[in-house]
Amino acid sequence: MSEPGIRALELADAAVAGDRRALARLLTAVENRTAIAEAALRHLYPSTGRAHLVGITGAPGAGKSTLVAALIAEVRAVGRAVAVVAVDPSSPITGGALLGDRVRMQAYASDDGVFIRSMASRGHAGGLAATSTSAATVLDAAGFDLVLLETVGTGQSEVEVAAAADTTVVLETPEMGDEVQAIKAGLLEVADIVVVNKGDRPGAQRTAAQLRAMLMSTASPRVAAGSRDTSSVARDERADRPRPKRPDVLITTASTGEGVPALLAALDRHRAAGREGLADGARLARAEAQVWAIVSERLRERFHGAASGNVTASTLRAVAEHRLDPYAAADRLLASITGDRPAD
Amino acid sequence: MTDRPIKVLIAKPGLDGHDRGAKVLARGLRDEGFEVVYTGLRQTPEMIVTAALQEDVDVVGLSILSGAHMTLLPKVTRLLRERGLDDVLVTAGGIIPDDDIPALEEAGVAAVFGPGTTIAEVAAYIRSHVRPPEA
Repeated sequence: MSEPGIRALELADAAVAGDRRALARLLTAVENRTAIAEAALRHLYPSTGRAHLVGITGAPGAGKSTLVAALIAEVRAVGRAVAVVAVDPSSPITGGALLGDRVRMQAYASDDGVFIRSMASRGHAGGLAATSTSAATVLDAAGFDLVLLETVGTGQSEVEVAAAADTTVVLETPEMGDEVQAIKAGLLEVADIVVVNKGDRPGAQRTAAQLRAMLMSTASPRVAAGSRDTSSVARDERADRPRPKRPDVLITTASTGEGVPALLAALDRHRAAGREGLADGARLARAEAQVWAIVSERLRERFHGAASGNVTASTLRAVAEHRLDPYAAADRLLASITGDRPAD
Repeated sequence: MTDRPIKVLIAKPGLDGHDRGAKVLARGLRDEGFEVVYTGLRQTPEMIVTAALQEDVDVVGLSILSGAHMTLLPKVTRLLRERGLDDVLVTAGGIIPDDDIPALEEAGVAAVFGPGTTIAEVAAYIRSHVRPPEA
């Protein structure tokens, strides 16, 4: 076996056996996408799929880290092992990052049932780092029953976490917007559970009521039992169409823990429903996203290596000077690699 | 990727409540291209070492103004060694008298940065002393 292969198996087996240092090193390898990471992930994958992966997302300052800390407390009270992957953005200019999510999660220094890892997004735009799903896979293999994926502060359309997680929690805060905000497409649509955090602020109940009204009424109306106008064809079409979710809307005050037991109960219910096969589509979607991400990464690596610097530079210059349109340039570059004739 | 960012933990051990310096340093090192894990005020040595282990950082930077550096900093370096993190670079900053520096170095603190040290100096020191990345 190759040297990275041997090192990978050592690290992976040690991490699964409970060696936290090995686990941390393996996560670093995953973040840096080394040969060790790939070998280890391949080795570990068959023993994963047991943990409940929960995505926590919402706007900056909505209280994601505080809610994660409150969830850790709740989960530890019943003795379940919990891991956190907390993502903060990387600077697009320097590549540096300030990872500040641990500030609110420091009470578990001597508790082996809690493992917290910060990740920089490293240029990835969907709310997670490109390697966050793989990091969650490693933590799953290491035996954590609950893995919380905390995204960067998100806006309206960073919905990637929904593909990475079994259950997606979207955080809102009181007075975040009017009812029109709640019916826009995007982040709220991928929520399995919507949490109105900072529940001690004025307007929390009203915000929750508005969200409930809007999110319920956007979901597809239930066909009344015995309804005559549903031919079998129509029913089939209905079953095939992607359907909006009907998320639970809960209120929490993460800073005091208020409402957090109910959130954990809702998470457990969603997990149980998933085990009964209701999340089959979600699992397939995740597999698809993972495989295609690897395919495009490998193609990109291969093409980057193959495209000669000269062709790239001169083609880019032509586009920059508006002598060539970007589509033609892309076709030209692809052709230089594959040997095909450029499509005109 | 061989040019992956260097990961630094900035922590404040002990009970003093002055974290402006630590925040300025964290922000400055971010701008130098480091990935900086900031853990906030009032950290026990155990919290710092657990964070360093879980985050697999290359550097632990300790900011201390309270005067308790002679007890807290050696405790951090000892716990790091006990948990197998002896290849992590440990630096300190804050109000630390020159006379205390030899003993801290003896205890495993690689460098002590006093008031007036620039971010660029800290960044340059880290870049030239950090452990080489694993393949």
